[in-house]
Amino acid sequence: MSEDVWSEHDTNPDAIEAALRELLRERHAANDGLAPARVLNLVVVVDRSWKGEIANRLERVGRYHASRTVLCAVEERRESLDAVVVMSYEEPVPGSIGVIREQVEIDMGERHLARLDTIVDPVIASELPTTLWCPHGHERAVEALLGMTDVLLLDSDDEAEPAEALARAVELLDSAYVVDLAWLRTTPWRERLAASFDPRQRLPDLRRISGLAVRHKQTSTASALLLAGWLSSRLHWQPEALQAVDSSGLRGAAQRNGDQVEIELLSADQSAPGLAGVTISCQPGFSLSLDRGPGGLRAREQTGQGTKREWQVLGASRGEGGILGEGVRQALLRDPTYGPALDAARRLCPQ
Amino acid sequence: MSATATGESAENPLVAGLERLPVHPTSLVIFGGTGDLAHRKLLPALYNLAHEGALPERFEMIGVARREKEDEAFQDMARESIERYSRTKPDPDVLEGLLSDMRYVPGAFDDDEVYAELERTLKQFDEQAGEQLDRVFYLSTAPQFFPVIAGKLGEAGLNRAEQAEVRIVIEKPFGYDLASARSLNTEVLGVFEESQVFRIDHYLGKETVQNLMALRFANALFEPVWNRNFIDNVQITAAEDIGIEGRAGYYEGAGALRDLVQNHMLQLLALLTMEPPAAFEANRLRDEKLKVLEAIVPPAPEEVGAMAVRAQYAPGVSGGSEVPGYREEEGVAADSRTETYAALRLHVSNWRWAGVPFYLRTGKRLARKVTEIAVTLKPVPHLAFQSSGSVGVQCNQIVLTVQPDEGVSVSLGAKIPGPRMRIRPVNMEFRYGTSFMSQSPEAYERLILDAMRGDATLFTRNDEIEALWGVIDPILTAWHEDTSSPIPEYPAGSAGPAQADQLLDGDRHWRRL
Repeated sequence: MSEDVWSEHDTNPDAIEAALRELLRERHAANDGLAPARVLNLVVVVDRSWKGEIANRLERVGRYHASRTVLCAVEERRESLDAVVVMSYEEPVPGSIGVIREQVEIDMGERHLARLDTIVDPVIASELPTTLWCPHGHERAVEALLGMTDVLLLDSDDEAEPAEALARAVELLDSAYVVDLAWLRTTPWRERLAASFDPRQRLPDLRRISGLAVRHKQTSTASALLLAGWLSSRLHWQPEALQAVDSSGLRGAAQRNGDQVEIELLSADQSAPGLAGVTISCQPGFSLSLDRGPGGLRAREQTGQGTKREWQVLGASRGEGGILGEGVRQALLRDPTYGPALDAARRLCPQ
Repeated sequence: MSATATGESAENPLVAGLERLPVHPTSLVIFGGTGDLAHRKLLPALYNLAHEGALPERFEMIGVARREKEDEAFQDMARESIERYSRTKPDPDVLEGLLSDMRYVPGAFDDDEVYAELERTLKQFDEQAGEQLDRVFYLSTAPQFFPVIAGKLGEAGLNRAEQAEVRIVIEKPFGYDLASARSLNTEVLGVFEESQVFRIDHYLGKETVQNLMALRFANALFEPVWNRNFIDNVQITAAEDIGIEGRAGYYEGAGALRDLVQNHMLQLLALLTMEPPAAFEANRLRDEKLKVLEAIVPPAPEEVGAMAVRAQYAPGVSGGSEVPGYREEEGVAADSRTETYAALRLHVSNWRWAGVPFYLRTGKRLARKVTEIAVTLKPVPHLAFQSSGSVGVQCNQIVLTVQPDEGVSVSLGAKIPGPRMRIRPVNMEFRYGTSFMSQSPEAYERLILDAMRGDATLFTRNDEIEALWGVIDPILTAWHEDTSSPIPEYPAGSAGPAQADQLLDGDRHWRRL
C-alpha cells in the first residue's frame, strides 16, 4: 500500500480541502489508473487519547473501508486545528484501475465541537452519503453534525445502561438512519432462527413459542434486548417490562393472543461482545438451542416426542472488526425491521 | 416453502429485512466430485458459503466419481482444493466441520449399485436429521453422462421425495447442437419436471451480468434511447489473450462458437435487448429472454458466409513471447478445422430492434482479455460546429465492461479548451470497484445457493436453451459441411482476422481491443 501525505499545524478547513484536491490531482496525473473511492464519508469524533485505538479498529474493517474518513480527535484545551491528510492506494497493474482511499485526521479542541459542522462540511466529499460515529459520546458534536448526517453509527452495547442506550437510539432515529452495532451482532442469530423455522413443517411452531432464553456477554444486554425485541415485533407479541432477578439477568414475559411467552436474558461467561446462545421453546415440548462453538453454532434440538439431536451449523466469526465493517456497509442499506425491534426492546427494558 | 427472487418469504415473518434468505436443510450430491470443476470451483464455493454462514443449517455432501476412494481420501482432496482455490482464507474449525461429514460414493455412472449406495447414504442423512432433507444432484461430469445419470436417478426413484424438494443441476454444455440439446431435454424431462431442472451457465451468476439488468431497468436515463431510433449498432466482444491451455481434448470438439457464443454471448445479447420483465422472477425473466432470442433470425444456409466468420490463430507473439499457432498446440490435429475465433452479425427482428446490427466476436489468443458490450448511438441529426482541427464529433458510445474492470463508460463530445469551437470525444467513467466496497461473490456461490433455494432466475429454461442453439445451429451446420474452404488465420496476439471486418456495414469498424 502506498501513501501520499500532507500535514499542517494550525490549519483550517479550506487548507485541508485544498490539500485533498491537490493530492488527488497529483496522484491522478502520475497514474490515471487510480481513481478515488466514491461510496461514503465516515466522520468519527473521538477523544484524542483514544485516537490510536479507534484508528486501529477502523483499519480492521476488512474490505468495508469508507471512501473518505474524517477522524476528529478532541482534546480539552486545544485552541487550534492540526491536520494530516493521507491518501492510500495500491498501484494498479497496467490496464486496470486502482482505488484511492482518503483519510483526514484533525486534532481539535472541545471549543470546536459546537460548530463542528463548519469544519467537517468543507472536508467531506459532498456528493456522497455521510455516516457519523461518535464512540466516546460527544453529544455536542452529534448535535452540530446531525443536519449533514445521513446515517448514525452507534453501539447500544457501549452504554452502561441499556435502557438509556435504546432510548437514545429511538431519539436519533427521528433525525437520521441509525446503524446499531448491537443490532448487527444479532444478525447471524436472526438469520439462523429465520432459517430454522422456514421449512413448511416447522413454520407453525412460530405461533406456538412459549419461551425465549437469550444468553449474552454481560455488557451486551442491549443486543439481547434487541433480539427479543425483534422476535416480539415480527411475531406480534406484546412485550412487557422484564424484571432484574439478580445479577445474572432479566426475566419476564410477553403476551401473544392471550398466551404467555416467558423471556429470559441471561449473562454468560464470554469474552467476545454479543450473544452467546439462544433457546426457543414451543408447545408441546419442542425446543431449539443455538450456542456459539468452534467453527459456527452448536445446534441442539428436542422434539415433542423427546428425541434429542445435536449438530454444527457452520460459519466463521466475523470478530469485532467485521462487525464495524458491517456497520459501514449497512450505512448504504436500509433495514426496515430495526425500528420495530428497537421499539419492542425498549418496552422490555426494566422500569 | 420456496423463497422468491425478491427476497420475501410469503409466510415466514422472520425473513423480512434479512439479506441472507433461508436455505432449507439439504443433501448435495456432486457427480464428478473429483473432477476439475469440483476441484477449482465447486468445493471452494461450498467452503466460502460455509465460512459466511450461508449454507443450510443442516448440510450434507456426497461426491460421486469413478475412482475408487475412501471418504477420508475424498475429504483430503476437498481440503486441498479449498486451501488452494478458496477466495477466503479457510478457518480451520469451519473447514473441519465441512469436511468431516463429506462422503464419497465410487463407481461408474451407469452402475445401479452407485445409485443404491447413494440412496442408502441419503436416507442415513435423513435419519440423522429426523427429517427428509432436500436433495440437489449436481452433474459436473462429461456431457455424455448427463442423460445416463438423469435416467439412473429416475430408475432408482431418486428423482422424487415425498417430503422434500429434489433438484438437478446440469453443467454446460447442454448439448452440442440443437438436435442433441432437444434430445437431452427430452431425456431429462422424462425423469424430472422442468421446475426441478437447473441448467447452469455460470456467466449468469456474475454480478456484472446481473448489473446489466440493473443498468437498464433501474435507470430512466437509458430506456428512452434503447431502441432502433437511437442505436446504430451493438458490438459484443469476449476476447481472451490465452490459448487453449492444454484443453485440446475439449476444445477440438467445441470451438469458439459453442464455447462462448451459444451460451455466454447470446445470454448477454438477450439481457441487453429483452423487454423489461414485470418482476425479477424466474419465469417472467426467462419469458422475456425467450421472446427476444426467438426474434433473432438465424441465417439461412446461403447467408452464413456473409453473416459469420471463423478463423484459427497462427503463430505469433503474445505478451512479448512467441507462441505457437492453434494447429501446433499439443493434442490438436494438424489439419484441424476447429475455429478459435468466431464473429457474427445478427439481427433482432422486432419493433424495438429492427435494422440494428448486433456484432458478436470471440476468440482465443487475441491482443487483450476483455468482455464488453459497446452500444453505439446514431449521429446527431445536424451539427452546428465545424469539425476541422480536431477528431470532430463522434457518435456517443455506451460501453459496459464485464471484465476485467467491471464498469460503464459513456463517450460524450466536449469542447477542446481554446478560442475555437472544436469538439473531441471524452469519457464519463463509472467503475464498480470505486463505488462499492464489497467483494463480489464467485458466480458459483450464488448459483449453488439459488439452486438449493429453488430459485431458477439465473438458470436457463428448456425452451430458452433450444432457442440459443437455434440461433447458431445453421452456422454450425454450414461450417461442419464445408470441409474444403481454407480456414482464415490471424496471428496470435492480434485483433483477429481481417475477414471479420467484412461483417461490418458502411463505415463501421470493430472497437479496438
